[in-house]
Amino acid sequence: MSDHEHEEHAHEPAGYGMYFLTWFSLLVLTAITVTAAGMHFGSMSVVVALFIALVKASIVLWLFMHLKYEGTLFHRLIWVVIFAMVVFIGLTFTDTLFR
Amino acid sequence: MSGHSIALTAHKDYEGSKLGIWLFLITEITLFGGMFLLYSIYRSEYPQDFHHAAAELNTLVGTINTLILLTSSLTMALSIAATHHGNRKLALIMLAITVLCGAGFMVNKYFEWGAKFHHHIYPGSEFLLAHPKGEILFFGLYFVMTGVHGIHVLVGMVLLTVMFLKVLKQPNAKVAFVAGHGLGEIEGCRMAFVDAHDKVVWKGDEVDGTVERIDVKTKFWPVKKRFKVADFNQLENSGLYWHIVDIIWIFLFPLFYLIT
Repeated sequence: MSDHEHEEHAHEPAGYGMYFLTWFSLLVLTAITVTAAGMHFGSMSVVVALFIALVKASIVLWLFMHLKYEGTLFHRLIWVVIFAMVVFIGLTFTDTLFR
Repeated sequence: MSGHSIALTAHKDYEGSKLGIWLFLITEITLFGGMFLLYSIYRSEYPQDFHHAAAELNTLVGTINTLILLTSSLTMALSIAATHHGNRKLALIMLAITVLCGAGFMVNKYFEWGAKFHHHIYPGSEFLLAHPKGEILFFGLYFVMTGVHGIHVLVGMVLLTVMFLKVLKQPNAKVAFVAGHGLGEIEGCRMAFVDAHDKVVWKGDEVDGTVERIDVKTKFWPVKKRFKVADFNQLENSGLYWHIVDIIWIFLFPLFYLIT
């Protein structure tokens, strides 16, 4: 039909199994974060909870949101966002922490 | 037919629309990012108050809602995967489950917020204002952040319902063959469609003098091997939105429910 057709089929459609596996790993991570919250790590508990949340978010982005299959443009876009958020949060804390 | 055929195909920019939705999702990330920043600053200022206030929240309800949203993300991804495999029926079933999961999430939220209101915990309530500053801030952030997130879930549900109807109605392409010439030759006749063995499968009314033209409209539903991912572009973009709403909840959940 059009010459776009090949691009559209650039990657083989992922099987259903991969998505179930993704879902299962997210459930396991949820179980871990709930259990870890009950173990009272003190000030470390936030770090642990945020780390697990970051891992879960990355899994959703990479597999459910198909970043795995996207080109460098989309990957760079995400890095720009991450960089921007780190700058926003980092710079704000340099203000509030040393007042 | 008289050889006039018009193929109706619209130009679609698959990559461009995906890039557009990603740019929108980035604005969503910064919207919630700002609120997360506010949360972390107040939390670092009032760690004890946040600790006590979070104990008021029901971890079980939060965990159930997490499981519901994660499952809805799975069914969303499966729905899109089903379109890639040319399975429209499965795509529709998975989409319906996704919307139902969203509804389940909102029902839980309704009861959760309802219980808070019942205990006189809502922004500006006298009961809440009698608490330490940090606890007031915690609940203010709780209502705003889960509230804005809830609105996003509702918007997602509407969006996915629209997508459900679109996929339900969608034949892949419509091509119309219009016959306008030589009608005089068939005046007084009835048109019929025949199969390969000349067996009549459909017979129309008489073509009399009042007939100016005959439109023969055909619809084509693609078979699996001809399915084009780009035809379900809007479904995929809606899916991306649904997943980002899930990601936001992935951060809201530990920060509000698990810091007791």
